[in-house]
Amino acid sequence: MNLSFRQIADPMHQFEVKKLIEIGPIGGLDLSFTNASFYMLLGCVLIVAFFGMAASRGKLVPSRMQSVAEIGYGFVADMVRGAAGEEGLKFFPFVFTLFFFVFFANMIGMIPYAFTTTSHLIITGALALLVIGIVIAYGFYKNGLKFLKLFAPAGAPWPIYILLIPIEVISFIARPVTLALRLFANMLAGHIMLKLFAGFAVTLATLGGAYIVIAPLAFAMGVALNALEFLVAGLQAYVFAILTCVYLNDALHPAH
Amino acid sequence: MTFLSLAAPAANGEAAGSAAFPPFDPWHFPSQLFWLVILFGGLYIALSRFVLPKLGGVIEKRGDTIADALDDAARLDEQAKEAKKQQEQHLAEARAKARETADKARAKVEAEIAEETQKVDADLSTRLDEAEARIQKVRAEALSNVDSIAADTTQVMLARFGVSVSDAEAKKAVEQATKG
Repeated sequence: MNLSFRQIADPMHQFEVKKLIEIGPIGGLDLSFTNASFYMLLGCVLIVAFFGMAASRGKLVPSRMQSVAEIGYGFVADMVRGAAGEEGLKFFPFVFTLFFFVFFANMIGMIPYAFTTTSHLIITGALALLVIGIVIAYGFYKNGLKFLKLFAPAGAPWPIYILLIPIEVISFIARPVTLALRLFANMLAGHIMLKLFAGFAVTLATLGGAYIVIAPLAFAMGVALNALEFLVAGLQAYVFAILTCVYLNDALHPAH
Repeated sequence: MTFLSLAAPAANGEAAGSAAFPPFDPWHFPSQLFWLVILFGGLYIALSRFVLPKLGGVIEKRGDTIADALDDAARLDEQAKEAKKQQEQHLAEARAKARETADKARAKVEAEIAEETQKVDADLSTRLDEAEARIQKVRAEALSNVDSIAADTTQVMLARFGVSVSDAEAKKAVEQATKG
């Protein structure tokens, strides 16, 4: 087996960031436009094009595309309303942007040879910190110090608080970590699995002999995983957005 | 070469001289964050300022249109019901009037018929009385004539036998015969 084949079969190869346009270093920072930036840009352009076109037509009796865009709108609006109440709707544009940013990144990642923006912890971590930053900032802005009631739910006898408050604080700190890791790990692991099984199928087939019998099994597994990964791509975007709504609900109603 | 060597390809990659696990390779962090801020921020502004208000406006407008149409429909339905009620009332009134007119006409006709019948009955009974009186008179006349005819007949019959009888005698004999 030569080196190039090994590179192709390398499941980590798909996560490598390559510079497309070298920018910087500016202030000691390398701000190059990379393949990761390109697929991020592609996702944003597709989102704006899709929803922008649907919105600009704006027909009273919607076309199919407009219908799909409006279903997306209603879906996110219901999600925000359901998890954070009517007041949560002021965050609707943010949750909408977040959901479709992640959703399109995940789905674009399912295209062979495409780069999965959300398979990098730096991206999911930044998004998670943005969410929790908004929750903390808005929580204090709206409730003042009453926001700290979030860590001390009412109605418990005082000795319980000694135990309860540290648990609540830890669970709050864990939120951005789990939010970032969940999406990152799902996308990373899923794409590694896809690549591994596809690589197995090819390798087994080229090895010849008895391995040829196993090759279709590896291929079938790859196909099944592909379907699963589409599900995961949609589901993880949904999970990211709904958890954002749940956390925003805490900022809006900390006493609960 | 077995496929098992592919099970640890990361090791192969590192052996081939490439850098660490790519997602944790820090060289691209500034670039990633920079483009994330620009693109996510740009996407947020584009969606929240332009796309979503318009899309939401379309949905709201449709909702309003549908609500208006439903209101109109309800109003028209109400009007139709009202009209139907009025119509039924008119119909009932007309029916009652018609019945009243018919009843009146019938009563009038019946009264006329009764009057006519009475008149005819009265006429008939007077004429009947007159006829009866006339018959009585005729019969009386006829009966009074019978005696004279019998007297005449008696005279004639006796004359045939050669006996001559006076009128007075014949009359007397007939009277005696009829009385006896």
